[in-house]
Amino acid sequence: MASDTIPISISIRLPQETRSTWLETLHEWVITVDHKRLGLMYIGYALLFLVIGGIEATVIRIQLAVPHAHFVSPQVFNRMFTMHGTTMIFFVAMPILFGFANYLVPLMIGARDMAFPRLNAWSFWMTAMGGVLLYYSFIGGDGLYGAGSAPDTGWWAYAPLTSTAFSKGHSTDYWTIAILVSGFGSIGTAINILATIICMRCRGMTLGKMPLLAWLNLVMSGMVLFAVSPLTAAQIMLMVDRYLGGHFFDTQAGGSATIWMHFFWIFGHPEVYILIIPAFAFVSEIVPVFSRKAIFGYPVMVAATVGIGFVSMSVWAHHMFTIGMPSYSNAFFVLTTMAVGVPTGIKIFNWLGTMWGGKIRYATPMMFCLGFLFQFLLAGLTGIMLGVAPFDWQLGNSYFVVAHFHYVIVGGILFALFAAFYYWYPKMTGRMLDETLGKWHFWLFLIGFHLTFDFMHIPGILGMPRRIYTYEPGRGWGIWNLIVSIGVLFQIAGVLFFVFNMIRSYFKGKVAGNDPWDAWTLEWATSSPPPAYNFLVAPEVRSRRPLWDLKHPEDPDWKYE
Amino acid sequence: MSTQPLAISTIETPWTLPSKGRVGMFSLIVAELAIFTIFVVAYIFYLGKSISGPTPRQVLHLPLFNTICLLSSSLTIHLAVGALRGGKNAAFRFFWFLTFALGVVFLVGTGREWYHLIYEDGLTISTNLFGTTYYSLVGLHAFHVIVGLVGLGVVMAFALAGKVKQEHIYRVDVLSLYWHFVDVVWVVVFTVVYIIGR
Repeated sequence: MASDTIPISISIRLPQETRSTWLETLHEWVITVDHKRLGLMYIGYALLFLVIGGIEATVIRIQLAVPHAHFVSPQVFNRMFTMHGTTMIFFVAMPILFGFANYLVPLMIGARDMAFPRLNAWSFWMTAMGGVLLYYSFIGGDGLYGAGSAPDTGWWAYAPLTSTAFSKGHSTDYWTIAILVSGFGSIGTAINILATIICMRCRGMTLGKMPLLAWLNLVMSGMVLFAVSPLTAAQIMLMVDRYLGGHFFDTQAGGSATIWMHFFWIFGHPEVYILIIPAFAFVSEIVPVFSRKAIFGYPVMVAATVGIGFVSMSVWAHHMFTIGMPSYSNAFFVLTTMAVGVPTGIKIFNWLGTMWGGKIRYATPMMFCLGFLFQFLLAGLTGIMLGVAPFDWQLGNSYFVVAHFHYVIVGGILFALFAAFYYWYPKMTGRMLDETLGKWHFWLFLIGFHLTFDFMHIPGILGMPRRIYTYEPGRGWGIWNLIVSIGVLFQIAGVLFFVFNMIRSYFKGKVAGNDPWDAWTLEWATSSPPPAYNFLVAPEVRSRRPLWDLKHPEDPDWKYE
Repeated sequence: MSTQPLAISTIETPWTLPSKGRVGMFSLIVAELAIFTIFVVAYIFYLGKSISGPTPRQVLHLPLFNTICLLSSSLTIHLAVGALRGGKNAAFRFFWFLTFALGVVFLVGTGREWYHLIYEDGLTISTNLFGTTYYSLVGLHAFHVIVGLVGLGVVMAFALAGKVKQEHIYRVDVLSLYWHFVDVVWVVVFTVVYIIGR
C-alpha cells in the first residue's frame, strides 16, 4: 500500500515507568501549550457552557409554554435571556469553533503546532476566565433588585439601559468585563491562526492547495480582528460612562444612545459570520468525503468566503431598521444585506454540486450535514425576508427574528458542529462514536429542532414580541408557544444520547485507526490520537488531497489541478 | 513516475513563507487600529455636539514639541534596529536609549498638557462630550505608549547588561513595528484632534 512507503507518523508509546498521579496529569493539562490539548479544553469548556445555556433556554421555554405562567419572575426572566444569549455566543460558539480550529489547522497544514503556542494558552485561559467572571455575577453582581444578580439588559446591552442610572449595581459591569476579557482571548487566537496559516504550511502547500477548512478559518480570523475590536472599544466607552462620568451614550449631555447600537452591530453582524464560516468549513470537509468526490469549485468557494467576509462588514444596520434612520440609509443596508446572500448561495450550490454524481454514504456526520444544508438554506431565506426593511418594520424584534437566528445558529452551526464531532472524534480519541446512538441523536434532535424553531416563526408573524416574560391568553399565541416548548424535550433527549455516546465510545468504541473515513487531508495521515509532535516527518504535498495521491499513485490529483 | 514519495524533495526549490513574528505583529496592529478607529469615529461624530463647557478651540494648543519627539523616536528606533543588524552594539544601545527617552518626554508632555487642561481650563473626562472623547482617545493612545515603553524598557535593560546581540535582531525588529504603529496612530490622533477638530 502506498500509504506505508513513507512513515508520516509512527505512534511510539514509551513504557510508563510510573503512572502519573491525577495531580500531575492535571498540572500537565493546565500548563500545556499543545494546540491539540488546548483545542480539547476549548471544546470541553464550550460543551459545559452549552449545557448551562441550554438550562437557561429551558427555563425561558417553561415560562413561555403557557400564558400568564409564574415559573420565574420577570426579573429572573430578563437575566435568563440575557445570560442565555451571552453564554451561547461568547462562551459556547466562539470557544468551540476556536477549539476545532486550534486542533485541526496545524494538523491539516502539516505543521507541528500553532505559530505562538504560549499565546494560544493565554488566549484559552482569558476566554475561560471571562466565562467564570460572567457567571460569578449570579452571586457577586449587586443588581437593581437587590443582592446578587446577573446581567439582565439583553445580550446587546443597549444604552442607556446600561447607564448607572438604569442599571445600578454591577450586573452590567460583569457583562462588560467578562466579554472584554474573552475578547482579548479571541483576538489572540485569531492572530495565532492567521500567523500559523500564512507562515507554517508544509512544503508544497500553497494557499491554493490548502484544505478549505484552513482557508475559511483564515478568513474568520481576519474578520475577528476587524469585528471584535469595535466591541472592545464600545465596552471601554461604556465603562468610561459608568465609572468616570463620561458621556459617550448620555443623551442629556449631547451623546447618542444610537451610537452604541452602531458600534455594537458593527461587531455583532460580522460576529455571526465569524460563527458560521467555521461551520461552512466543517461541511466543506465532510460532504466531499461522504460523497466520495472532491469539493466542487474550490476556487469559487474561497472567493465566495472572502466575499462574504468583506460584504458582511457593511450590513450591520439591518439590525437597526426600526430606529428611524433616513430612507437612503435603510436602502443602503437593504442592498448590502441582499448582496451578502449571493456568495452564501453560491456555496450552497457548490456543496450540492459536490454531492451530485457522487456516491453518498449516509453516516451520521453526513446526516448532520444534510440537515445543515436544508436548514441553513431556510434560515438564509428568512434572513433575506427580514433584510427587506418594511418587512422588518413589521417583524423586527418579534419571535420571527428569534426563529430566524436560532434556525441559523442551531439548525446551521450546531448541526455542522455535531457533524464535526462525529467526523473528528475518532481522530481526537482513537475511537469511533457509535453509529446507532448517533442516528438516535440525529433524529431526536432533528424532530426537536423543527418542532421548536419551525413553529416559532408563527407567533412572530402573529405579533409576539421578543423578551416578554409572559403573554395574554386570548391572542392565539399559546398553542404555538406550547409546541415550541415541547420541542425542547426532544432536543434534550438528543443531546443526552450524544453525551452518552461520547462517554461510552471513549471507553468501548471501535478502535479507529489512522483513517477510518478514507479521507484525503493531512490529519488522517497521522495516528489517532496524533502524537504530540503531529508528524514524524514534515509532510510534503502536491495537491489539495495529499492522501488521495498517496492512496492512488496511478491517478493523483496533481495531474488535474 | 507512478509512485511519488511524499516526504522526499527531489527538486530543492526553496520553500519560504513570511515570518511569524511580523505577521503576528501586523495582525495585532490591525486589531488595535480597529479599536482606535472606533474612538476616532466617536470623536469626529461628537465634534460640536457638546452642550456646555470648554470647546477644543478654547483649550487645545498644538503639542508640536511632543509630536516632534514622538515622530523622531520612530527615526531613532529605525536607526537602532539598523545598527543592531549591522552588529554595531554601542550605536544600537545609544539609539534605543534615545527612543526610550523621547517616548518618556512625550508622556511627560502629555501629562503636563492634561494638568493644565484639568486644573486651569476645567476640562475633565466628565465635563462634557469633548472632554469624554478627548481624554478617551488621547488616553488610549498614551496607554499604548506606556505599553510600548515597557517593551522598549525590557530590551533596554537587557541591552545595558550587554545581552542583546545581532542574533536577536528578529525580535527587536518585531517590537519596533509596534513602536512605529504607536507613532502612526499619533499622527492620526494629532490630525483629527488638534488640526481638524479645532
